[in-house]
Amino acid sequence: MTTETVVSGAAGGLEAALPTTLFRFATAGSVDDGKSTLVGRLLHDSKAILADQLDAVARTSADRGFGGEKGGIDLALLTDGLRAEREQGITIDVAYRYFATDRRSFILADCPGHVQYTKNTVTGASTADAVVVLIDARKGVLEQTRRHLSVLQLLRVAHVIVAVNKIDLVDFSESVFRGIEADVQQVGRELGLGSDGISDLLVVPVSALDGDNVVERSERTPWYTGPALLEVLETLPAADELESHLESFRFPVQLVIRPQGALAPDAVAAGLDVEAYRDYRAYAGQITEGSVKVGDQVSVLTPGQDPRTTTVVGIDFAGASLEEAAAPQSVAIRLADEFDVARGDTIAAAGTVREASADLYAALCWLSPKPLREGQKVLVKHGTRTVQAMVRSVSGKLDLSTFKLEGASNLELNDIGHAQLRLAAPLPLENYLHHRRTGAFLVIDPLDGNTLAAGLVKDHPGDHEDERYSI
Amino acid sequence: MSTYLSEETQVTDAAVSTRLSSLDTLESEAIHIIREVVAEFEKPALLFSGGKDSVVMLHLATKAFWPGKVPFPVLHVDTGHNFPEVIEFRDRTVERLGLKLVVGSVQEFIDRGELAERADGTRNPLQTVPLLDAIQQNKFDAVFGGGRRDEDKARAKERILSLRDEFGQWDPRNQRPELWNLYNGRHTVGQHVRAFPISNWTELDIWRYIERENIELPGLYYAHEREVFARDGMWRAVGEVSQPRPDEEVITKTVRYRTVGDMSCTGAVESNAFTVSDVVVEVAASTLTERGATRADDRISEAAMEDRKKDGYF
Repeated sequence: MTTETVVSGAAGGLEAALPTTLFRFATAGSVDDGKSTLVGRLLHDSKAILADQLDAVARTSADRGFGGEKGGIDLALLTDGLRAEREQGITIDVAYRYFATDRRSFILADCPGHVQYTKNTVTGASTADAVVVLIDARKGVLEQTRRHLSVLQLLRVAHVIVAVNKIDLVDFSESVFRGIEADVQQVGRELGLGSDGISDLLVVPVSALDGDNVVERSERTPWYTGPALLEVLETLPAADELESHLESFRFPVQLVIRPQGALAPDAVAAGLDVEAYRDYRAYAGQITEGSVKVGDQVSVLTPGQDPRTTTVVGIDFAGASLEEAAAPQSVAIRLADEFDVARGDTIAAAGTVREASADLYAALCWLSPKPLREGQKVLVKHGTRTVQAMVRSVSGKLDLSTFKLEGASNLELNDIGHAQLRLAAPLPLENYLHHRRTGAFLVIDPLDGNTLAAGLVKDHPGDHEDERYSI
Repeated sequence: MSTYLSEETQVTDAAVSTRLSSLDTLESEAIHIIREVVAEFEKPALLFSGGKDSVVMLHLATKAFWPGKVPFPVLHVDTGHNFPEVIEFRDRTVERLGLKLVVGSVQEFIDRGELAERADGTRNPLQTVPLLDAIQQNKFDAVFGGGRRDEDKARAKERILSLRDEFGQWDPRNQRPELWNLYNGRHTVGQHVRAFPISNWTELDIWRYIERENIELPGLYYAHEREVFARDGMWRAVGEVSQPRPDEEVITKTVRYRTVGDMSCTGAVESNAFTVSDVVVEVAASTLTERGATRADDRISEAAMEDRKKDGYF
């Protein structure tokens, strides 16, 4: 077997290629829509598969008689993971893959569609800049497609790309593709996906098996004038490009850096002024939204206290002093006033945060086999703070195929529903619709510590509720 | 870190008007995870072998807590077959950063009869027992590792915070969903968590970062002359625990190591990459994975890593 040698962007083009930016995307699909083949094709054609991996797959393909006498490689095997998955021919869990082009480094969350698809799709979509949803061109939009799109709309994924796969099996028919495209856009309109000013919805005809429109545009679909899938992924703006300049500064404090004389010996050896750092105190964290500059007015939000306003006097990062910093940078912030600030507090741009609340209205994606009941005690992790909470009521669950809310008093695995929780301490909650980080939280089981649900903060009833968010 | 500034303000180009580079994004993500674990666990430790991934991990930890000290000890599981220059590097690094070093010794377990030498002489799989023993003895509730998801298909399914039961076992079918950047490290008595802050880095990211940050590594990562012999399609160094059989010819070659593990199972590759930038170019152009090229222990079967991980391996 021949193998190609050089990863694209390597060696000769290396200098020109740096620095690349990161783009995270996830794939979601139904059973047998060829998702593994598509992922294998993307990895193979972008030269992310190395010779020893390809050899192993070629041997297995031959053992299983793939491609008949002609031979050939079953690209789906490239994404095979665990022994149990190979034995049962299924995919159990989200797997992460890595590849790069000259423009971008990609992190791909490969989400299986078989079991627990909601759990896997929610997990993959929570960090994704884009999600690729697969449809079999012979089958068109299925109920599971509607469910996937519904979850992606709820999680506010910026870019949804529907890949209409196996276009070779419908003889590269434009009319078949246009029909599916129209159905997808219709579902998008029902959901507000692609027409809400937040997300966009693209449809691309592909053959993962043969590579049409995956990395290169295909001559076999002359009626399709749009970009190939990889071109789309290379050029879409990442979520933080779309968001950071629009959002106000938010910074959950992870810990306080206060060495009190216990300075790093290597820093001291490199000439750190020990006296100047004797009273050093800075708040370490990752900027979740927006940006901050030295001299900015900020509020420190501590549960149960009124916001305290002060000035940023320093933004430090490992020996460098920055003038400004933006999401998603990890930094340490120094403030003008010596407040008592601790883990779990949030530093935010002054005057941009509404009052903290102990009443939490939310959409919950239930990810545990243990059902949610009214009256149940749980833990809520929001930012860097974990508080106790009680489930006051479940107000309904979503029918993902009709997008209607149905009455329900409990939630089970893979359900998405609405609930009201009472928190033991007020949190600076923000609507997930506009705050993909500060509007997100985890529901945790206090007994065994397992994650029960992904939570999305909704506005309080009576506040100005955004129509688009009421599903 | 090349410079430490105290009073002067330095304006860096990183940030704000342009998007962070992928290396800066990965660095910020790793530092966020390291800080979360330190804030939420009683007694973390960092696995430190002197290998490049653990060296990068330690470098990230120094940046996360600057100007304070790294607030946890480092843990090394010594197979007794390590390269002497790597042990020397380990000790020097620990000294430089003022860290506490905890060593779990495979040799001691063998001497006490609690572990048996394998027929193939490989000691990498034997590290699990001393590792779990050290975790238990020292009551570590979180252990940082330099594992990366691009290394292996079992690691591709690993969580950033990965729960281990009383026996140190990994249960890939029953993992917690990991959502947004909210990490759930809750565990019960007897359980511990493995934390992998550089999960999302590739081998090439590691090398570009080593180059950018000017991080020192053991010399055997760079091309040097060494007496080697061919075995299992790899170049093996001649050493105390790695002797050629009569039919294996010893020759001197210019080689380097892509991974640094146990001498009995780690192979060298022919290379003229004498500097870090040479290595970046070489890795970018490589047609073999680092484990496929250099690790006998991962060639045992398709599921070698998966099986070791389920038993509590790194």
